[in-house]
Amino acid sequence: MNSQKVAEKPKSKNFIEGATGDWEVIIGLEVHAQVASNSKLFSGSSTGFGAPPNSHVSLVDAAMPGMLPVINRECVAQAIRTGLGLKAQINTKSVFDRKNYFYPDLPQGYQISQYKQPIVGEGEVEITVDGEMLTVGVERLHLEQDAGKSLHDQHPDYSYVDLNRSGVALMEIVSKPDLRSSKQAQAYVTKLRSILRYLGTSDGDMDKGNLRADVNVSVRKPGDKLGTRCEIKNVNSIRFIGQAIEYEARRQIDIIEDGGKIDQETRLFDAAKGETRSMRSKEEAHDYRYFPDPDLLPLEFSNDYVEELKSKLPELPDEKRARFIESFGLSAYDADVLVAERASADYFEKVAGGRDGKVAANWVINELFGRLNKEGKAIEDSPVSSAQLGAIVDLIGSNAISGKIAKDLFEIVWTEGGDPAEIVDKRGMKQVTDTGAIEKAVDAIIAANPEKVEQAKAKPSMLGWFVGQVMKSTGGKANPAAVNDILKAKLGI
Amino acid sequence: MTDLTKLTMAEARDGLAKKTFTALELTDAFITAIEKANPALNAYVLQTPEHARVQAKDSDKRIAAGSARPLEGLPIGNKDLFCTRGIRTTACSNILGEFHPTYESTVGQNLWDAGAVMLGKLNNDEFAMGSSNETSAFGNVVSPWRRKGKDGKLSTDKLVPGGSSGGSSAAVAAGLCLAATATDTGGSIRQPAALTGTVGIKPTYGRCSRWGIVAFASSLDQAGPIGKTVRDAAIMLKAMASHDLKDTTSVDAPVPDYEAVLGKGVKGLRVGIPREYRVEGMSPEIQKLWDDGIAWLKSAGATIHDISLPHTKYALPAYYIVAPAECSSNLARYDGVRYGLRVNGDNLIDTYENTRHQGFGKEVRRRILIGTYVLSAGYYDAYYLKAQKVRTLIKRDFDEAWNKVDVVLTPTTPSPAFAFGEKTGDPLAMYLEDIFTVTVNMAGLPGMSVPGGLSSEGTPLGLQLIGKPFDEETLFRTAQVIEDAAGRLSVPDAWWMKG
Amino acid sequence: MQVDEATVRRIARLARIKISDAEAKGLEKELSGILDWVAQLDEVDTSNVEPMTRVVAQKLKMRDDVVTDGEIAEQIVANAPLAEDNFFVVPKVVE
Repeated sequence: MNSQKVAEKPKSKNFIEGATGDWEVIIGLEVHAQVASNSKLFSGSSTGFGAPPNSHVSLVDAAMPGMLPVINRECVAQAIRTGLGLKAQINTKSVFDRKNYFYPDLPQGYQISQYKQPIVGEGEVEITVDGEMLTVGVERLHLEQDAGKSLHDQHPDYSYVDLNRSGVALMEIVSKPDLRSSKQAQAYVTKLRSILRYLGTSDGDMDKGNLRADVNVSVRKPGDKLGTRCEIKNVNSIRFIGQAIEYEARRQIDIIEDGGKIDQETRLFDAAKGETRSMRSKEEAHDYRYFPDPDLLPLEFSNDYVEELKSKLPELPDEKRARFIESFGLSAYDADVLVAERASADYFEKVAGGRDGKVAANWVINELFGRLNKEGKAIEDSPVSSAQLGAIVDLIGSNAISGKIAKDLFEIVWTEGGDPAEIVDKRGMKQVTDTGAIEKAVDAIIAANPEKVEQAKAKPSMLGWFVGQVMKSTGGKANPAAVNDILKAKLGI
Repeated sequence: MTDLTKLTMAEARDGLAKKTFTALELTDAFITAIEKANPALNAYVLQTPEHARVQAKDSDKRIAAGSARPLEGLPIGNKDLFCTRGIRTTACSNILGEFHPTYESTVGQNLWDAGAVMLGKLNNDEFAMGSSNETSAFGNVVSPWRRKGKDGKLSTDKLVPGGSSGGSSAAVAAGLCLAATATDTGGSIRQPAALTGTVGIKPTYGRCSRWGIVAFASSLDQAGPIGKTVRDAAIMLKAMASHDLKDTTSVDAPVPDYEAVLGKGVKGLRVGIPREYRVEGMSPEIQKLWDDGIAWLKSAGATIHDISLPHTKYALPAYYIVAPAECSSNLARYDGVRYGLRVNGDNLIDTYENTRHQGFGKEVRRRILIGTYVLSAGYYDAYYLKAQKVRTLIKRDFDEAWNKVDVVLTPTTPSPAFAFGEKTGDPLAMYLEDIFTVTVNMAGLPGMSVPGGLSSEGTPLGLQLIGKPFDEETLFRTAQVIEDAAGRLSVPDAWWMKG
Repeated sequence: MQVDEATVRRIARLARIKISDAEAKGLEKELSGILDWVAQLDEVDTSNVEPMTRVVAQKLKMRDDVVTDGEIAEQIVANAPLAEDNFFVVPKVVE
């Protein structure tokens, strides 16, 4: 395993400057991802979003007397798949423990989680930040129940509790404290999310709360031992993760430089103010009294089962990226852009299939993505299908149209739809490649501009003007390369 | 007409089949008896006569149509730990208040699907924690048995029926139902059966589903019947047991016809007598009871073997770590949020604390606190983990014994029924009631109590049989031999019917 | 093992059970007595023994990922001390 070692170099671009010198930020993340499944981890209720209160709740979810948990095999498979995607150790025997505490959205008075023996052990995630590749260690992944929701703003004296989310399966993915900047943390979460979405084990939708992070931050002078950390809970966007880390690191540095010390505590990120603040419930430190859940036998499965799941895994971002670079000759940068989302990568591959990969990449990234971003559309909602874009690329490749005309064609397909080849035919957009016709046009321009022809002999850059004239006279349809060649020859430059 | 309440379940089943009486007549006989007796005994916390009559009438239709199910028309009592759909279920605790489950326990449903009739919900120690039924929110259960005083005359001292299934054992012994459901976590079926001269079996852990039974200690709880005879217990267990997909600790194995083995006898059976059960200060009459049991089995063709179960004495302290630990977690759901009692406080925490203080009785609170303590930070290894390791050793003792013997015979309890208040002064004194029974729950084995004789005070004593996992059949045929030799024990005078 | 009053109060708070001063005193004695008694387990050598993790000799059974439950909101809140529009209503939590 190749995680970035604790900085031995005296200087790193990630250090933060304080009044008393440089500071190093140490960040660890605990990411909670909702497992993509139809029903809950230990009950048969739906995991669907936005249902009326307590309608996705069974007797088991509501912790009625005498109720018992029954585990969902697909949730187990999803956790294993995720572990494989993290190149992690899969534990064929793991144990469910009860984490005991009281809260209205925790109906059993305990959460079923995994404490000492989680389903997945150590793994790693590769990220790229500012062109630099870094391997972030993953400590473990375990399955646990999500809690319900309390609404505190409906009444001055009462809270309203909805258990729809209670019992939904979560994967908690704990990183090692290998991250050294807010950018790295953001890249890590982005990559993790991408892996989950590729695998289909979580939709990673942060707006819906299906992916959230607890961010652990501490600071120290480079080379010193680790500082006291604070945990910022439930940060639910990549942007906020960055902001929270920046604020918290600065907060801690200021305190220490002023002569104070950091209290280990749990904090919340206030998105409106861009600050972290201490959670007011200052109870005794939680004593969760973990013990193995006596209603659940240990979770066991065979290595064969793991291999079976492995054989059916989709290609992961890193593999796809490597393949795109090798098979299609793409640059690392372009490959990164394309594999960020599986849907984008799949789209690109359809366009690139049987065509020049670089050309396809250029069109997908610069034309298509550019346009999608401008209109705030996702690739799934692209008005131009991969087949249509592929047809445009074909038309360029066969010299039927020029690059510039292709852009016009793209615009037409975007706004009106239709088959690109047919459009080219109907609207007479075909490129003129017949050298005889081009020669005729070139001759006409040369004949009409004898002074310029003379000037061109001394100043070869005037070729551009001639090209422009020929293109104009052919309504933009002449093949620019051919025009160039013929002009050069005839002008003698 | 003979007093129908005096029939055994098997005899009643026979009577219905022969049309000697109807299911409705049978049910009415019990309803009348309960109305008369319950003020004196307090065995039932909820009587359900109308519900029972509806079931009985339906049974009569089926019997007439020739489609009688195994327990058709047979009236039973249901321990108030089993959730009953639309019918108040309290675990005999104030904290469940007027809880009306919207669901039926699997064991209960099995019985109603077999045609049984429910007369009502039976009293028990609160949340099944106790050995005398003196902790119920509905008040104590009085045993129908009375003991001879020092003057040799029957005393009117109120005796305990055992616990936690005290309502079940008292009701069966007093003829207030043909049989009853019960649960056993440390002895709560076997000890009450022993104290009331009835038959009680706690099957192997996993034999009956725990779904819909108010949970006390998940790795120890098991449902089972209390009946008047070994045959009646067999009839009941066959109907109660099943594999349940909703309880993944229940076992997917066919349920044998326990009645079929009753006459098979014990020829060649190897019976183990564990020396560690001969505790210091054991009373001579308990020793005699044990010797009688040995003699009966021997003369029926069994061979008797001395065995050692070296970790026996550690079962009780280990139990009093594991059971409270699990219960402290299982009872956390009783917080006044979703059902049951809520006692309002200044804020949420206050509300929780008030609710749970007022809702739970003293013994339950004590066990929750012990359980919370032994699981708390720094103590888990020393207590809970240690106790679970000792448990492995207890089971191992039995695994080794099964190489030598097929069944183990011991007394069920260290003494006969005691009077109210005699053991409530010191919690430990009460805990020691379970000294012979807890090993069985700790090892997950089946255990049965069958009446063996009377004490010098004229009150019942029971013999306990312990078997291999899922070998309830051996327990049943062995118990039958004991019952044939010892005879049935019946309360000589039905004083509770006299008002 | 002496369990002192402070510990009794801490445990009672963890278990969310209110106890009076008198009760705290009584529980000190009772709990200490019980814990002293269970301490006899220290006599047992468990150095090479695994804790009992399963009572039944079988594997954990799993269910298929199908929605088979829920849509019973009225039943779920039917026994609630306080409910509104199928929400459970509780005294406010201070966050």
